[in-house]
Amino acid sequence: MVDLKVTLCGIELDNPIIPASGTFGFGQDFAGLYDLNRLGSFSFKGTTLAPREGNPTPRIAECYAGMLNAVGLQNPGVHKVISEELPRIATFFSKPVMANVSGFAISEYVEVGRLLGAQEQVGGLEVNISCPNVHGGGMAFGTDAKAAAEVTGAVRKVTDKPLIIKLSPNVTDIVEVARACEDAGADGLSLINTLLGMRIDLKTKKPLLPFTTGGLSGPAVFPVALRMVYQVYEAVKIPLIGMGGVSSARDVIEMMLAGATAVQVGSANLINPFACPQIIDALPEVMDQYGITNLQEIIGGAH
Amino acid sequence: MKQTTYVIAEHTKIARQTYFMRLSGDTSAFTQPGQFLNITLPGYYLRRPFSICDWRMGEADIIYKVLGEGTKDMTAFEAGMELDTLTGLGNGFDTSTSGESPLLIGGGVGVPPLLALCKELRAQGRQVKVALGFGSADEVFLADAFQALGAEVAVATMDGTAGIKGLVTDACDFKNCSQFYACGPTAMLKAICAVAPGPGQLSLEERMGCGFGACVGCTVFTTEGPLRVCKEGPVFKREVLGW
Repeated sequence: MVDLKVTLCGIELDNPIIPASGTFGFGQDFAGLYDLNRLGSFSFKGTTLAPREGNPTPRIAECYAGMLNAVGLQNPGVHKVISEELPRIATFFSKPVMANVSGFAISEYVEVGRLLGAQEQVGGLEVNISCPNVHGGGMAFGTDAKAAAEVTGAVRKVTDKPLIIKLSPNVTDIVEVARACEDAGADGLSLINTLLGMRIDLKTKKPLLPFTTGGLSGPAVFPVALRMVYQVYEAVKIPLIGMGGVSSARDVIEMMLAGATAVQVGSANLINPFACPQIIDALPEVMDQYGITNLQEIIGGAH
Repeated sequence: MKQTTYVIAEHTKIARQTYFMRLSGDTSAFTQPGQFLNITLPGYYLRRPFSICDWRMGEADIIYKVLGEGTKDMTAFEAGMELDTLTGLGNGFDTSTSGESPLLIGGGVGVPPLLALCKELRAQGRQVKVALGFGSADEVFLADAFQALGAEVAVATMDGTAGIKGLVTDACDFKNCSQFYACGPTAMLKAICAVAPGPGQLSLEERMGCGFGACVGCTVFTTEGPLRVCKEGPVFKREVLGW
């Protein structure tokens, strides 16, 4: 009998598998496919103060072993998330959910974080300072250690819920940003968000995505994500949620050995809507194969 | 939506760069013409969405055109090959509001989903007119299939090598049209709406990440706010689009 339980920022998860924000909506498109309570938790769509329509299309491009997206934080806004999405989530998910907090100014992060943090269903806040697809916000906070610390400190003041900062890989030194967030009061770190990339349409000879760049995700980014989790694990004491191209139970175990306490699955949900339950089902056998009986015990084992 | 494995039962070229593929497997998730399926192609990360041309118990037909590397690779797929497929995706055409004499308008690879629609409307006893637009005579397909269903068919080609010379809008007869149903490139759909009187339903296409609503990659901005082509669509009423 293997043990899949992990404890993330004081919350006990039945298993470390968490669908990543932006690949799972508010759960509604998956709720009819399998029992979402099988998941450790899920992180819902990045939520801003006001509703956002997002970017023009095309928003999606493909590449070898991955994809680019430029959705641009389309979401109904925090008030509708609280009045409509959270009650709907309650109909199919009885565990604490992770609220992904997005914004364009510190005051917006604070307000969205305060409102979502006050909801009983919300187990923790995942503050997205790393969205590469919006201008004048998102990633601008995640690529500067001082700005990242300011967002972290400001949201810290308005919530007692676990505060997890989602980091951008589009930096020279992710460790510096990670340390700044830890010092500013973060309870955990999520990494990595998507890598900035682009494609050019050979027919038009112009960038395929309307604002030139998009966020790269999928198996192509897994080794980069793994390396960053490994580096940050050595530098901070707070728990990490590892993500970036995770597609199998083996990937999950690698992430945990690198230092992740929990693991988010993103793009894999899009090409296989059953990716998460299949990974959870596969974990015991893969653990057994490598002589692992308890997942909590392997965290950071590669160091 | 249902995930299933289809086996290629038949695969033939039917026009220039255009192929017909009959898939055998579970089709129980399809309920309306205009819905689509999403196939994993070996070697490609994202699935490829195709509207269903027609389906029956245990068999679904698609028609695709070679437009990129993925569809080019597909042409080499042989009968017997298995394809991991998401089926029964999206909301299709609503025939309950068609009225007595609907007009079906298709451009290029927008034509296939209209065949199952035509079949359903004919079964309901409707007088169906069909306008089809293609580039050239060697790209024309399905015109005879619509005729065989008892529809009145008009074809337009850009170069005039088959039917009327011109755009599909030149082949449209809106006289007595109780409702129009259209599928094709966005520019074509907008051109139709510019001249079409009365109610209509439009099937849109957009680059998709997942095909079942999760990634919000295929959003269309509508009078009801942003909607997903893959989930709330691909078929929308024209007034919802505001076109």
